[in-house]
Amino acid sequence: MPRIGVFVCQCGNNIAATVDTKKVAEEMKKLPGVVFTCDYKFMCSSPGQEMLKQAIKDNKLDGLIVSACSPHMHEKTFRKAAEAAGLNPYQCEITNIREQCSWVHHDTTKAVGTVKSIDLTRMTIERLKKNRPLKKIKIPVKKRALVIGGGIAGIQAALDIAEGGREVILVEKEPSIGGNMARLSETFPTMDCSQCILTPKMVEAELNENITLLTYSEVEKVDGYIGNFTVQIRRKSKFVDEERCTGCGECIEKCPFKTESAFELGLSKRKVIYTPFPQSVPNVPVIDAPNCPKIQKDKCGACAIVCGPKCIDFKMEDKIVTEEVGAIVVATGYQLMPNERFGEYGYGRIKDVINGMQFERLASSSGPTGGEIRRPSDGKVPKNVVFIQCVGSRDEKKGVSYCSKVCCMYTAKHTMLYKHKVHDGQSYVFYMDIRSGGKRYEEFVRKAIEHDDAMYLRGRVSRVYEKDGKVIVQGADTLSGSQVEIEAEMVVLATAIVSREGADTLAQKLGIGYDKYKFYNEYHPKLRPVETVTAGIFLAGTCMGPMDIPESVAQGSAAASKVLSLFSADEMAREPITAGVNKTTCNACWDCVTACPYSAIERDTVKDRQGNIVKWLARVNEGVCQGCGVCVAACRSKSIDLRGYTDEQVFAAINSF
Amino acid sequence: MTEHNAHTESTGGFEPKIMAFVCNWCTYAGADLAGTSRMEYRPNVRIIKLPCTGRIDPLFIIKAFENGADGVLVSGCHPGDCHYTTGNYHARRRWIGFKHLLEFTGIDMRRLHFSWVSASEAIKWVDLINKITDEVKALGPFMEYKGLKEKAAE
Ligand SMILES: Cc1cc2nc3c(=O)[nH]c(=O)nc-3n(C[C@H](O)[C@H](O)[C@H](O)COP(=O)(O)OP(=O)(O)OC[C@H]3O[C@@H](n4cnc5c(N)ncnc54)[C@H](O)[C@@H]3O)c2cc1C
Ligand code: SF4
Ligand code: SF4
Ligand code: FES
Repeated sequence: MPRIGVFVCQCGNNIAATVDTKKVAEEMKKLPGVVFTCDYKFMCSSPGQEMLKQAIKDNKLDGLIVSACSPHMHEKTFRKAAEAAGLNPYQCEITNIREQCSWVHHDTTKAVGTVKSIDLTRMTIERLKKNRPLKKIKIPVKKRALVIGGGIAGIQAALDIAEGGREVILVEKEPSIGGNMARLSETFPTMDCSQCILTPKMVEAELNENITLLTYSEVEKVDGYIGNFTVQIRRKSKFVDEERCTGCGECIEKCPFKTESAFELGLSKRKVIYTPFPQSVPNVPVIDAPNCPKIQKDKCGACAIVCGPKCIDFKMEDKIVTEEVGAIVVATGYQLMPNERFGEYGYGRIKDVINGMQFERLASSSGPTGGEIRRPSDGKVPKNVVFIQCVGSRDEKKGVSYCSKVCCMYTAKHTMLYKHKVHDGQSYVFYMDIRSGGKRYEEFVRKAIEHDDAMYLRGRVSRVYEKDGKVIVQGADTLSGSQVEIEAEMVVLATAIVSREGADTLAQKLGIGYDKYKFYNEYHPKLRPVETVTAGIFLAGTCMGPMDIPESVAQGSAAASKVLSLFSADEMAREPITAGVNKTTCNACWDCVTACPYSAIERDTVKDRQGNIVKWLARVNEGVCQGCGVCVAACRSKSIDLRGYTDEQVFAAINSF
Repeated sequence: MTEHNAHTESTGGFEPKIMAFVCNWCTYAGADLAGTSRMEYRPNVRIIKLPCTGRIDPLFIIKAFENGADGVLVSGCHPGDCHYTTGNYHARRRWIGFKHLLEFTGIDMRRLHFSWVSASEAIKWVDLINKITDEVKALGPFMEYKGLKEKAAE
């Protein structure tokens, strides 16, 4: 016979006002197996907990119920107290008689709260009788991290983890780290030059002994679980031996072929063997294979001839490397909404209609024009520029419903950069409203308007078209209630920030969630902003949604601190609510394997002494299992069960209903 | 069980018993919020908490009817919000198959409800419980399955 104790809490008057706690305790005493009951003012107070511990010892209890507030409040408290008194903590169960009884059934004339409390407590007692002691699961932790994406958020995360003394593998799909920030000219609100603040961080990441940079690489496959991930990474062939390359650049100099530069967003050309930009890290060129005549049809080979250390290998192939890590930080960033979507603004048709990032390149001293604002069509300095905000943003029909958050700020920055470079130039900004929340942001926008003469027009642009060699911008100025038409020499569109192409494929490899715009989901938008629902995988930066550099950096650091705290212990303890397979009855139908949302169930075999397979069966990987119980309901032969929520426990509760 | 029935009968009129199978993360938390917000609702429901609606075996529902439930509710996170990403899709798929089966055996579908109640939808929870209770009350006690259990016991 079990020896169960029932502790009914009055919660001051919170429960006792509408539930007769004494009566509940008395009624429970009548049930078989219940040897001790009481009611008490505040069970969760320290005297309450002491009383509970004493009662466990005095009455040699082997299980207990606390009928009190929601288990979401104090289940941990009471389980800890039970453990301190020598009991298995999972032999302690909570009945929720506050949120489910006293607080929602106020009518005392019919004693409904008391009756319901009695029912619920009885159900929990019957369930408890079927409980088995459970042990927290200990998982060893591999203290190395993987960071995916080498933009500012990923670099920051990698640096912080490395500073904390742990190894980091930083995977970047482009030939250089740096991400979008490497493209920016100067940065709001302080106007530091982007390269000047970014390059030192990139170099630090390259030189830090704890960081292994894998550029031109992508994650192929992720297996395992928190503390124990196995990751396969494809190292795309650079056709250049990274170890031997000195970065002299002779090869780039001599390469006779050119193609469009993706980094410069079509504003200039680059060689077929190239580094994306002069400050690239690592400073190792790659050959753009589809455009290389040597690789395609064995013609040329100039680079190999001039390369001193002989590091060019036209036969080099992709390599797959496998790394074992304990945690993953995803920082894959953003891109701009493809411009083709904005036909009415003439993008693609009219050469002098560009997007904000292209303007950054024009304004950048290492950009295609050496930092002079020259329009793409004829290289002329435009005497006026029209900036159009919210292109694709805040417009569910044509683009996305959200605000891209940084466009108001960078457009103000662009008007300033333009004015500083073209003193007699006039800028116009079409906007819906100005969002300049952030430290010194509002002052920054005011400065653009008051100091640098940017003309802000509140309204939408309806059409941009070419007439007699001029670009005509037609729009409304809703403040003066008039139609405006501007003969523009250049137009800059602040196009929406969207998720990276392929963001969903990567999310599926990692088993993390994303929203309808394919931005990654945080575990909790307020309280757990850099975690994902998959334990051990963290997020940083614009892969979650639009944000600026300070926020991306803060998140990189936040994700790193989560990783470091995970790495601070050799083992981690997990709740033992996991599934387990009955080896004798499992008939290897694999229904559970397909049902499990976490791929936690593997196909396993039983072998005889000679090593012959005698039976196939399912096996649950406890490190991966999250305890949802989907498999249990899927198994038709009832061969898999969920610890803490077994069929026996649930049926016991239903049967005593 | 008998005790509870005796009580309801003594207070006059038929008081249905509703069993609710809810997930820990959304609906259970939604019901908690109804509590912390001190909302009043019908006392006829008894909650059984499971990690996810995906854990819910159709047999639970049959057992609940056998043990005296006059109505059953299954509720979890909204589609797309399941704590375990897809558990509720499994639940919904199972539910659809199961519903047809029960309908076929002649159970009035007004006794059986499937809903999504999030952790912030205390009002939805309250309305749902009130609605189900009133509806099942109007239908009267559900005897067919209770009979089954007693027969099996004989
Ligand atoms: C026109 C414009 C001007 C701006 N000006 C400013 C400014 O002045 N001040 C400011 O604070 N903010 C500014 N911003 C915002 C700023 O660009 C971002 O906040 C910042 O760059 C975000 O960094 P990130 O690391 O999150 O993403 P990213 O910079 O996008 O970096 C992501 C990295 O991950 C890599 N990657 C992607 N997918 C994979 C994959 N599957 N595997 C491996 N690697 C991958 C990418 O190649 C990239 O290197 C501006 C934005 C725009 C559009
Ligand atoms: S569903 Fe059941 S019987 Fe089928 S493989 Fe899984 S545990 Fe074995
Ligand atoms: S309980 Fe959920 S996570 Fe665990 S094995 Fe079953 S289906 Fe997978
Ligand atoms: S956790 Fe709520 S339905 Fe899955």
